Amino acid sequence: MDPIRTVQGRLAPLPINDIDTDQIIPARYLKVTDKQGLGAACFTDWRYNADGSPKAEFVLNQPQYQGARILIGGHNFGCGSSREHAPWALLGMGFGAVVSTYFADIFRNNALKNGLLPVMVDEETHQQLISLAQEDPNTEVSIDLEAQTLTLPDGRAVEFPIDGFSKHCLLNGVDQLGYLLSLDEAVSQFESEHPARVNTRELSV
Amino acid sequence: MSQNGHNPQTLFEKVWNAHLVQAGGKDMPAVLYIDLHLVHEVTSPQAFTVLRERGLKVRRPDRTLATMDHSTPTTPRGADGIIPVTDAQAQYQLDFLTQNCQDFGVPLFALGTENQGIVHVIGPEQGLTQPGMTIVCGDSHTSTHGAFGALAFGIGTSEVAHVLATQTLLQYKPKTMAVRVNGRLHPGVTAKDIILAIIAKNGVGGGTGYVFEYMGEGIRSLSMEGRMTICNMSIEGGARAGMVAPDDTTFEYIAGRPQAPQGAAWDAAVAQWRTLPTDDGATFDNEIVLDADALTPMITYGTNPGMGMPITAHVPDPDAAGDVSQKLALDKALTYMGLQPNEPLLGKKVDVVFIGSCTNSRIGDLREAARILRGRKVADNLRVMVVPGSQRVKAQAEAEGLDEVFKAAGAEWREAGCSMCIAMNGDQLQPGQYAVSTSNRNFEGRQGKGGRTFLASPLTAAATALHGVVTDPRTVVGEDVTV
Repeated sequence: MDPIRTVQGRLAPLPINDIDTDQIIPARYLKVTDKQGLGAACFTDWRYNADGSPKAEFVLNQPQYQGARILIGGHNFGCGSSREHAPWALLGMGFGAVVSTYFADIFRNNALKNGLLPVMVDEETHQQLISLAQEDPNTEVSIDLEAQTLTLPDGRAVEFPIDGFSKHCLLNGVDQLGYLLSLDEAVSQFESEHPARVNTRELSV
Repeated sequence: MSQNGHNPQTLFEKVWNAHLVQAGGKDMPAVLYIDLHLVHEVTSPQAFTVLRERGLKVRRPDRTLATMDHSTPTTPRGADGIIPVTDAQAQYQLDFLTQNCQDFGVPLFALGTENQGIVHVIGPEQGLTQPGMTIVCGDSHTSTHGAFGALAFGIGTSEVAHVLATQTLLQYKPKTMAVRVNGRLHPGVTAKDIILAIIAKNGVGGGTGYVFEYMGEGIRSLSMEGRMTICNMSIEGGARAGMVAPDDTTFEYIAGRPQAPQGAAWDAAVAQWRTLPTDDGATFDNEIVLDADALTPMITYGTNPGMGMPITAHVPDPDAAGDVSQKLALDKALTYMGLQPNEPLLGKKVDVVFIGSCTNSRIGDLREAARILRGRKVADNLRVMVVPGSQRVKAQAEAEGLDEVFKAAGAEWREAGCSMCIAMNGDQLQPGQYAVSTSNRNFEGRQGKGGRTFLASPLTAAATALHGVVTDPRTVVGEDVTV
């Protein structure tokens, strides 16, 4: 994964609460065996009519929000299924960060492992960002991962939380699997002290 | 201090602490050992690809089990005994899982074989799911297994690769919430109604960051299947995991299953499992309370599982919502659902009744539905699908003659799988159709693009099947609907 230090750009406001991963990427697009091409299906049922034509009123179809880098969702963004296809689809659509008041646990984990920044802000900032994006689609903000700040056009910098380990991995492009593999000895030690009670290889397949 | 001299601990803390390969802190996740990793075709392909690209093995194939469930057809077998897959993309994904399991030595319950089924049905069924274990799967409903006193939760595909390669996960310690259910259910009210009531009360985001521990007489008095139904939908309340302390009901369920310990090992296991329940004096970060004896059958009216109400209630009015964002959410949901504020749902015509999913497709669920449908006919112009959770559930139901009850009533008796819960396999609602469904999610389009879902219990689903309109199961006369 490439290191990430900043995400800078325009905002797309989607202030709907409890946006679930079935909306971000419907299940019928999960029959893939790789991660490519999911951006085209991101929010597909909100973006397109039954005949495949775009819904003009949907915010992500409006010309002024094309190329936005930061999506602002409502509270509890990413609830529902564990599908990592959701961050893959959002990244595929060009987003580098999602802003919300809070994120569903599994979505947040998945986003962090793919370099999609889940930026949690207080309700007042959240509301301010939505208003800014709606009133002036050219509004740009910048997110600085190292400083853990989101800077508004007026220069105000709002801090957001991120755990130190994920931050380190994102800033340095470190993949977490590599870290776990380095613990091989400790895992072997644990296994020798904790024999398995079940063995799936004994099952009749 | 508890009897053993340690600080009092919750069930969750005991299981968590027993699996720490490395303790964590505020900015460093713990390394948690995983006892059992369940795998299915939809969230594993990219994880196996990571292993292949990096030249890694599956560390513990003996602690890993794969099944096919999400994209598999549930249509009847052909004369050759084979379940035909007509979707080329699904077939490719299934073939990829078969190849991955062969290449990496992972046992696989392939489509059509005797043990195949929904990933959260087969684990308990095989006796793999046991108290005190850590269990993960690339599926949010992994919380189901918490019914046994296991710590079980859904993970993403990156984490599936982590567990395949290392049998460990990086995790920050979640907070704990006691979910106390007092009293006992009245006849016609079920475990499904308990969990729908909890989510309606606490919201779909209320459990974010928490592990739930369900406790109290209302949980103790439930069967293992009822407890699984409740734990299954923990994620719909925002909690990645839900747990129930193991007791004699748990041990009776496990005893004699293929992977249950035997002889002296069984006695040792039970003795250890009895140490797992939360100690007196242990504290939780939060608590919610519900009275089971005050519950009626529940149903959802909206587009998330928190939008639920007693089946006799009326659809809420957005103008009466607490704040603007709630009003907007309710407006949006009612528009999608084609419902009016203050409308009753009782008597609402539906097009489909779906009985199945990892929430409600076990033998007890099918027995409940059959109790209502026995000797009766489903309504005209109504599609009723009964989809057993596994091939073993299907075989058991057929041994009891339940398939004949369903077929005689005019319902479809299908092969095992996730089916119309996730609508990846061709089993789906048409745009605008209404369904009463025993599944877990009523999100927009979840059961088919444009489809509209009312979540409810198997009893409510079966009662609705009789009349073709949303029906309170307590009003279905002539049968004992006590559960």
